[in-house]
Amino acid sequence: MALNSNSKRVFRLAATYIVLIIFCVIAVYPILQVVTISLRPSDRLLSTSLEIIPENATFDNYVKLFTDQPFLLWLWNSILVSGVVTVTGVVLAAMTGYAFSRFHFIGKKFGLLSLLTTQMFPATMLLLPLYIMLIKLGLINTYFGVIIIYSATALPFTIWTMKGYYDTIPTSLEEAARIDGCNQFQAFYKIILPLAAPALVITALFSFMTAWAEYLVAAQILQDSKLWTLPLGLKSFESNMSTEWGLYGASSIIVTIPVVILFLALSKYLVSGLTLGSVKG
Amino acid sequence: MNRLQHKFFIAFLVVPSFLILFAVVFYPFVYNVVISFSNMNLRHIKDWSIIGPQQYIKVFTEPTQPNFYVVFLKTIIWTVVNLTFHVVIGVFLALLLNQREVKGKPLFRTLLILPWAIPQYIVALTWRGMFNYEYGSINLIITKYLNLPAVEWLKSPTEAFIACILTNVWLGFPFMMVIALGALQSIPHELYEAADIDGASWWHKLKNITLPLIRPVMIPAITLGTVWTFNNLNIVWLVSNAGEPSDQTHILVSFVYKAAFNLYRYGYAAALSMVIFVILLGFSLVFMKKTKATEAAY
Repeated sequence: MALNSNSKRVFRLAATYIVLIIFCVIAVYPILQVVTISLRPSDRLLSTSLEIIPENATFDNYVKLFTDQPFLLWLWNSILVSGVVTVTGVVLAAMTGYAFSRFHFIGKKFGLLSLLTTQMFPATMLLLPLYIMLIKLGLINTYFGVIIIYSATALPFTIWTMKGYYDTIPTSLEEAARIDGCNQFQAFYKIILPLAAPALVITALFSFMTAWAEYLVAAQILQDSKLWTLPLGLKSFESNMSTEWGLYGASSIIVTIPVVILFLALSKYLVSGLTLGSVKG
Repeated sequence: MNRLQHKFFIAFLVVPSFLILFAVVFYPFVYNVVISFSNMNLRHIKDWSIIGPQQYIKVFTEPTQPNFYVVFLKTIIWTVVNLTFHVVIGVFLALLLNQREVKGKPLFRTLLILPWAIPQYIVALTWRGMFNYEYGSINLIITKYLNLPAVEWLKSPTEAFIACILTNVWLGFPFMMVIALGALQSIPHELYEAADIDGASWWHKLKNITLPLIRPVMIPAITLGTVWTFNNLNIVWLVSNAGEPSDQTHILVSFVYKAAFNLYRYGYAAALSMVIFVILLGFSLVFMKKTKATEAAY
């Protein structure tokens, strides 16, 4: 009997590993594809081989990106825009989420619901009105326009995430801080904010991703190629008469690496930051 | 405590966010409503005028190829199929990862989250390359290892649509997995121990403990996932290269994008956007009312 249940357990564990490994392969394979493309020498970009490391693998495409293409410029532009959007997004979501979690005020329920409602706007609906508005305000070809739009895009979701997380932190902590002589603002940023670190991390990640990987809005607003962010630059490899697959692959890898590192470093927080808010009580 | 100070503090926290949201979201929304009742298009871009609900009538009656109802049906199929796979795969993997005996969890979790971490436009263009008839790795695998005939993924409507769905399933399961993992971790272990004492089977524990307890977390995630999938322009637009073959591969949002930015039918696109918005709003209200998802949130 004991042996039987033991072998059953071993079998189940083995099956678990096999299934997990299969799914990992599926998850990683397309990414390896991009690596392969980026390493192919330019005379064999179209290949029917399935090897991961291609024959005559070369870093030529990576070198070309930095020597023949304005890749560094795009990279810098993207870092600038994403950095400002991340800081703005975190500050705003941390503050507003806190108010929604702790205080009662006129229009609170309406505010929360309208945030939720914005998630139902079709992706393209606001693009045209925004475009016309930005022309009228003279903000086409400025970073100010994109930064404001990106900051607002992630905001409804991040405010909800922050609010959900603050809800799990007992209010007695602030009460204690107030008794010790903190004012409302100090109680918020000295006591509560550090405790909300997992949710802050999620908020930062989402704000950053919005700006780092956005193409449609950028394509309408940043028409001057000196202002291009990475997605616009990458797309330009694709939209010429023939796609520069090698350059495209190499730049995709470089664009993806920081995001992947962020995700991996923060994956511990992802689980708690996203869900803790919704499992309370 | 000073009441005025308290009010000032709340305003300080809330007003900046809502100013930005007003400028970027709420005001353009109203603007879009106005455009949807106008004749704005490439010929009437400055001298447009309000013409009443004609654009809405066009949305429902114009015999475009394909027409509204066909695209709507495809959007529903797209959303339901994607969400089903996202949730089933996501919860399944989370259950596997949540077993105590499994070693190397951080590594598995890391690799499985990767699809979520890649920027969507890169995902889309990469998969488009993988679906290439001659050089794409999917056909190469099919022909070399499975000895099956190659598939014309991007040239026929059904296959192109399946290609989009495969791409999006790959992209979307990590989000559900992460949410489900978080929910699973919050279930107290004593519940399972008690069930073990009662001699409950694996299936009974899943049905009576696990699923009911992760439900409150999964329902809002599913609602959000539904809306995001329904609205996912990137994948369909980039994998099918703007709806190829001959506009047969569209969901509603890509159809709108085409109308607005390729055909410059601004008024029509604005009206169609409003219709999509109302559909989603209606769905969410009914779904959340039925499941009481947000009740605890206030």
